[in-house]
Amino acid sequence: MLQAIGVASPSVSFSDHYNKFSVSSIRSFPVIRSDSRLISVSGSVHGSFKPKKVIAKATATQTESSASAASKPGHELLLFEALREGLEEEMDRDPRVCVFGEDVGHYGGSYKVTKGLAEKYGDLRVLDTPIAENSFTGMGVGAAMTGLRPVIEGMNMGFLLLAFNQISDNCGMLHYTSGGQFTIPTVIRGPGGVGRQLGAEHSQRLESYFQSIPGIQLVACSTVYNAKGLMKAAIRSENPVVLFEHVLLYNLKERIPDEEYVLSLEEAEMVRPGEHITILTYSRMRYHVMQAAKTLVNKGYDPEVIDIRSLKPFDLYTIGNSVKKTHRVLIVEECMRTGGIGASLTAAINENFHDYLDAPIVCLSSQDVPTPYAGTLEEWTVVQPAQIVAAVEQLCLIHISSYTHSLAFPTMTSSSNWRRKLFDLSMKYSVQTRLLVLNFYVKKRKNLGCLRVSEAENLGSSWKVGHYEKFLDRVDVGRDRRISDESWLEVECY
Amino acid sequence: MAQLTRRTTDLLKPFSAALSSTRLLTTTSTTPITVETSLPFTGHKIDPPSRSVETTPQELMNFFRDMALMRRMEIAADSLYKAKLIRGFCHLYDGQEAVSVGMEAAITKKDCIITAYRDHCIFLGRGGTLLECFAELMGRKDGCSKGKGGSMHFYKKDSGFYGGHGIVGAQIPLGCGLAFAQKYSKDENVTFAMYGDGAANQGQLFEALNMAALWDLPAILVCENNHYGMGTAEWRAAKSPAYYKRGDYVPGLKANGMDAFAVKQACKFAKEHALKNGPIILEMDTYRYHGHSMSDPGSTYRTRDEISGVRQERDPIERIRKLVLSHDLATEKELKDIEKEVRKEVDEAIAQAKESPMPDPSELFTNVHVKGFGVEAFGADRKELRAVLP
Repeated sequence: MLQAIGVASPSVSFSDHYNKFSVSSIRSFPVIRSDSRLISVSGSVHGSFKPKKVIAKATATQTESSASAASKPGHELLLFEALREGLEEEMDRDPRVCVFGEDVGHYGGSYKVTKGLAEKYGDLRVLDTPIAENSFTGMGVGAAMTGLRPVIEGMNMGFLLLAFNQISDNCGMLHYTSGGQFTIPTVIRGPGGVGRQLGAEHSQRLESYFQSIPGIQLVACSTVYNAKGLMKAAIRSENPVVLFEHVLLYNLKERIPDEEYVLSLEEAEMVRPGEHITILTYSRMRYHVMQAAKTLVNKGYDPEVIDIRSLKPFDLYTIGNSVKKTHRVLIVEECMRTGGIGASLTAAINENFHDYLDAPIVCLSSQDVPTPYAGTLEEWTVVQPAQIVAAVEQLCLIHISSYTHSLAFPTMTSSSNWRRKLFDLSMKYSVQTRLLVLNFYVKKRKNLGCLRVSEAENLGSSWKVGHYEKFLDRVDVGRDRRISDESWLEVECY
Repeated sequence: MAQLTRRTTDLLKPFSAALSSTRLLTTTSTTPITVETSLPFTGHKIDPPSRSVETTPQELMNFFRDMALMRRMEIAADSLYKAKLIRGFCHLYDGQEAVSVGMEAAITKKDCIITAYRDHCIFLGRGGTLLECFAELMGRKDGCSKGKGGSMHFYKKDSGFYGGHGIVGAQIPLGCGLAFAQKYSKDENVTFAMYGDGAANQGQLFEALNMAALWDLPAILVCENNHYGMGTAEWRAAKSPAYYKRGDYVPGLKANGMDAFAVKQACKFAKEHALKNGPIILEMDTYRYHGHSMSDPGSTYRTRDEISGVRQERDPIERIRKLVLSHDLATEKELKDIEKEVRKEVDEAIAQAKESPMPDPSELFTNVHVKGFGVEAFGADRKELRAVLP
């Protein structure tokens, strides 16, 4: 019996800019339920609906008005409620699913993910453990070896470092070392990431430490929709899965379908298709990237944003297709620079798709420092949208200079008659980018010709003069000239 | 029952009339007062010490003032947190002040103390200033960790306070390490490694205890049993909530943690024991009025009646107040004046801390590594360019 899985389809329309989608391919894979009914589950849907929805809510999602809310399908809830819903549905479906963790039962969970479950399922199924992470993780692995499906919660991902041995050796390796006799269908989940001034020990990103462990799968959820889907998929998976949630994302609100759905653990999500550059990200940085994407779109760039979701193994199929299209990659992550997810991803993309890259892969990660408590310092530790915008422009700059390169270099041999070269540095490239190119030529003591300023910009010439003069004192910005119906700014340098 | 020495009171009465404002200074008389602890000690594999504690009027007044200061500081931190000047995690110690104050009275600054994240008052007890405390809580440059640590990372090396740790139970092996160093350098000091009833179920505690007992390290493990590990009551987390007995082969002593003199006696006794015979576990039966941290209301797992009941019957500051009044060391009004003075001091410190600037952005990269000894071509952060011979 096939159950159709629906996806909420918002009827909001956006500008033409977002109209070009990649052809969506809804992949189905049958999932055998424990009562042996076949259901067809769709993987993440490419293009069509999701990108529109996410772009509108680049940072925290807003609640829609009640009038429109009533007419839309699905129901609205917060991310921690979605996790709870997923967990509850799985616990209803399969009596072997149980939860271990500190304060998950009577207290309801420190982030309310397991609120109400202990009253419903009893104290043994939603077990309040003492503060002994190493031991209760080990207990979970032992229970899994006999067939139970524990969901082990670390109150904060940082505490799971105490359980590292159990996760690495027992969780990851037992299936292999026993020759396939035991499967360890555990889910290890918890909030991690840099929060609001939680201090160094409570702001850890463990994905980089866990990624080398053979035998486990890592997934990071970022939206309400994929939180529920990934939770369910992780519980149903026969492999040990570490589900990374983020402390700051628990209160995101979104509308998700009423129907049951499960997402694939190994698939990346196409958040926003584009042409110029591929931005790979996961978890909270997705929202920083989408915020930067708004700015970039205004500046004329078309970034393709992919939420990789699966941190181990990487979905090189989606990523590869994207790299083949855009030829530039920017990785934005919250991990540390050294040995982080970005570092592995850079290596993987370089190995597999080197020929398709026009520029070196840029990886923006957190600073390699313990997260300081002071708010201003903590902001500097993680990647901010402004840095993402600057990085994209840097990457696309290579495109500009290769273009101007081809214009300028044929006549570079004789500088005296090399004047009045026209450069197409239209306003779609930011001031910094244009100034970088200017700087390049100024250093070579060349006389620049005219800098074309696009007609659309309606700024006074004093602004333009001021900008360039401030930056390069060897540039004499002349008057505006009009050539046909475009205005050109004459720039001469010594 | 307090045993009064008639001589002291007769001496003090004429003074009280004439020099009421300076009477506190004149009670620097070291005429001893003997106080009895509220409850007897219970021992595990050891003979508990006697209930009579020697003290002086000066010490009593100091206890009162210090505890009032700590209480006031924690309440001020509560309102600062609600005003969003302190963010993240903030674990408050009010109700448990007697442990810190009693311990300080029994030891010197050369002895080491290490504790978990409920460390503001212990930091104060070790000699930290209010300004350093509030500045660190607000993330400013003048904080004890330059604003980079936060509430859970207070340290004071020169007076033997080793923090300030966020991960539950991780400070106990560190404490045994401090004890090891003390034994190594034979300096006749001890280490107090403090932890809570929640951490008492951590495996690393027993590992560290085994090693301390094996090598006779001068480590004293102090369990501040406030009966709740965040939201879980002790009977739901531990099969045996008699934490002083959990050491099995290591002797233990249980004291009433709301009575500063019981704590003082226990710590003094423990120090003597540890220097001769190796580790000992102390259990301080105490209580916290606030929730686990500021994000925990503290009332979902316990009733308000329970909290107010403890506050009425066992409050540490009230006990000292009654002792002071019954020994006629100060009047009600003077005690109230001390409290007002303390409040003023806290307010001034907060104002001063608020003016302190946020740390400079370059501080993000300082203190990650220590600069090398000069022979490397590159530093650990690869900022050095040339080999520099020392």
